[in-house]
Amino acid sequence: MSAPIRHILPLTTIRRERLLPVAGRVIVRKGQKVGATDAVAETRLTPEHLLLDVRRGLKVSQEKADRVIQCKIGMKVAEGDILAGPVGLTRRVIRAPKNGRVVLTGEGQILLEIENPPYELRAGFPGTVIELVDERGVIIEASGALVQGVWGNGRIDFGLMYVLAHTPDETLTADKLDVSHRGSIVLGGYCDQLEVLKVAGELPVRGLVLASMNAALLNAALRARYPIIVLDGFGHLPMNSAAFKLLTTNERREAALIAEPWNPYTGVRPEVFIPLPVQDELPFPPETEEFTPGKQVYSFRAPYAGKIGVITEVLAGTTVLPNGLATQVARVQLENGESVLIPLANLEILL
Amino acid sequence: MSTARVNAESLLAIDVGGVNTRAMLFDDVEGRYRFLGVGVAPTTVGAPFKDALEGIRRAIDRLQQITGRILVDEEERIVIPSMPDGTGVDTVAATISAGPPLRVVVLGLLEDISVESARRLAKTTYARVLDCIGLNDLRDLEARVDVILRLRPDLVLVAGGTEGGASHSVLKQLEAVGLANYLMPGDQRAEVLFVGNQALREEVKAAIGHLGPLHFAPNVRPNLETEQLDPAQVKLAEIARSIRKRQIKGIEELDSWAGGGLLPTVSAFSRVIRFLSKMYSSEKGVLGVDVGATAAAVAMAFSGQLKQGVYPEFGLGRGLAELLEYCPPEQITRWLHLDIPQGYVQEYMYTKSLYPASVPATSEDLAIEQSLAREVIRLAVNRTLEGMPARENGPAQDLLPWFEPIVAGGSVLTRAPNPAQSLLTLLDGLQPTGITTLVLDQNHLAPALGAAAAVNPVLVSQVLASSTFLNLGTVICPIGNARPGTPVLRLRVTYEGGSETSLEIKQGSLEMIHLPMGQRAQLQLQPLHRFDVGMGGFGRGGSVRVIGGALGVVVDARGRPLELPPDPHRRRELINKWRWTLGC
Repeated sequence: MSAPIRHILPLTTIRRERLLPVAGRVIVRKGQKVGATDAVAETRLTPEHLLLDVRRGLKVSQEKADRVIQCKIGMKVAEGDILAGPVGLTRRVIRAPKNGRVVLTGEGQILLEIENPPYELRAGFPGTVIELVDERGVIIEASGALVQGVWGNGRIDFGLMYVLAHTPDETLTADKLDVSHRGSIVLGGYCDQLEVLKVAGELPVRGLVLASMNAALLNAALRARYPIIVLDGFGHLPMNSAAFKLLTTNERREAALIAEPWNPYTGVRPEVFIPLPVQDELPFPPETEEFTPGKQVYSFRAPYAGKIGVITEVLAGTTVLPNGLATQVARVQLENGESVLIPLANLEILL
Repeated sequence: MSTARVNAESLLAIDVGGVNTRAMLFDDVEGRYRFLGVGVAPTTVGAPFKDALEGIRRAIDRLQQITGRILVDEEERIVIPSMPDGTGVDTVAATISAGPPLRVVVLGLLEDISVESARRLAKTTYARVLDCIGLNDLRDLEARVDVILRLRPDLVLVAGGTEGGASHSVLKQLEAVGLANYLMPGDQRAEVLFVGNQALREEVKAAIGHLGPLHFAPNVRPNLETEQLDPAQVKLAEIARSIRKRQIKGIEELDSWAGGGLLPTVSAFSRVIRFLSKMYSSEKGVLGVDVGATAAAVAMAFSGQLKQGVYPEFGLGRGLAELLEYCPPEQITRWLHLDIPQGYVQEYMYTKSLYPASVPATSEDLAIEQSLAREVIRLAVNRTLEGMPARENGPAQDLLPWFEPIVAGGSVLTRAPNPAQSLLTLLDGLQPTGITTLVLDQNHLAPALGAAAAVNPVLVSQVLASSTFLNLGTVICPIGNARPGTPVLRLRVTYEGGSETSLEIKQGSLEMIHLPMGQRAQLQLQPLHRFDVGMGGFGRGGSVRVIGGALGVVVDARGRPLELPPDPHRRRELINKWRWTLGC
């Protein structure tokens, strides 16, 4: 059976598509080295238009209005520029109310696209642009450590990582955050205080990496202006041992937080990426795997949520669980030596 | 149901679901069509495969292993038609519910007339209505254009104007979509489906036909009193198919195997429900409920007249985190038979939305999943009933109309540890009225049969007549008002062998009468205290022949609507008593 994969890799090469949600302009070139916060493409996500009624404004017929329109489609205009007119003894004119671009004229009207700051798509992590995707974005390659999570609030940032989770199940409280964490990425454990998110925003930090979070904080986390990544899930879950070991051994290194929401269609997951120098070219991690004995797996559902183990057997057919449900299962030896049966549907292969 | 075979044609039905892809084989067995087997594999429309064909191939592979039939050639192409050596199949039917819901913006005139009808039309397929813009909307033209540009819908539904009615206002509404499509790059322009005043077809074409893909379907509101969604639903399903073909790799090929007949799963499911309603031709309707990961779908048919609804917001998969926007957590936890903190239930919902294919592995998680199913069934059915006029001879407006049978599907029901749990989930969620039969579509065959109906209706009727679906039991739900403990129904069961059992059913009780699967019995019902069992009015009883299901016959006199004790301890005790009665 094909298996979903989660990457927790101390050293790997990643290639990530960074694409605009709509067509726009790519502003880097192939081969260019980019920083995590560098813009690679831009577009207008929230267009704003103004329809100027020349006929009514100048009190003329539609035909005459069309004749006196001075601007052309595609023309950039500045606030106050004359768009139509003059007409009449008083030389009435229509002026551009704001800076913008003329997108349509006709039937005595002008449609103006108001100039507003473009949405900038940032690289997300430092690397090399290896491919340009026409009007949409780029593919960036980089080497380093990679930890994938399950939830992200949609923001991106880069900074020095401080470890405030000294054990995998430590709870992050507001009093542990102080001014020394300003501008840094903070690795916490479980978070169930709104105050933590508030203080982190006030400092401000560059990002929070959490093992788990109380589901009641979700809306506040979504509103936070800094990236938040949840690695293991909702509820009081300790950080999985692989992520904890990898992240804590990289304390005080620069880390990129790409807190993109998990999108099963595109394959984008929230990720912590720690750029590391490499001597030789590293292989790309596989994207597909099968559940087979010897594979390291991560369980994400109760009763073994957050636990890591190794498959010792994939049982044939279906097995009836203690709750009566019949499903395909694997026998997994957990890190504490316990051997348990876990539904395949509740496992990810850890690579 | 004694339709004779004309041409024995084997059929491979493929359903690409949100979590699983199924390949189902039907063929002739001793002169009648039978369901031969199903192969299931994870759906692969998302990363890393991003190609539906991968999951389809795996499902077919599994089906080949189960049935021993070879269906594909060496290049993994389906062999159509079948060869003399038995390789391949004669026809393929296909359905799809996978993929993100279609993004829809609705434009119309009056909010509660054309806008509402167009919104209801959108809800007949896997769609999310992102915005509705009516004539009285305060946003000016520019703002409307900006909304459409910002939302980037896959489809804009334009309604308004009764037949021979408004024209100027409708054309005015079109300006926003015309301008928005003009401003969008060619490949991102929204499809437009015009379902308003048909007299405006040519003017609509002239106004926006050159600015993007434009489709027409009959007016959803031909007059103020009539809502007519059926013809537009067919067109909408067609558009949905073309959008899916563009969005998801492999769907175009699947559609070509199916001879261009790929259907949204819900359309195929509804077709079967409509088919059954014509087959039963009773005064009661036929109800279909499918609780899937992508969406909850409901189809109701009364003498062939269909009403359907698809609710991605009530799906038990990725959309589950959204459910709390529609019902407070205590609405979900009230169904729990175990003492589970509300916070854990919320965490469960968020975790499940991250991992929609995961399964409950503890008793607590299973209890939560089944409680969620009860609530989404309730919400989806109520939503579908909205705006539906009360039926003559039916129960009160706020209760479920009389239905016979009720067909239910979805993994949460079909994979329950035992049929009693499925039945109790359905009883609590649907709260049926009168006398009905609860049927479980264990192998998710209903959509396959719906899709097959267009190419092989004989197969559909013969498979439906076979015991492919699981009869959970006949359910009797007397309706009326009485204090708990008051006798409300006298019941005499006469078994095939001639033996008899008599019972007096008390208000508030849930009773199970043993009747082995497939065995017939005669029930004599006498409602008391003017209770109604759907036999012609308050206090009217009669005789009815029933066939035993997995749970025999169940009498649910717990009251309608079912009211649970507010005290959590008492409530759990009561739910556990019901579970014990049915053997959950």
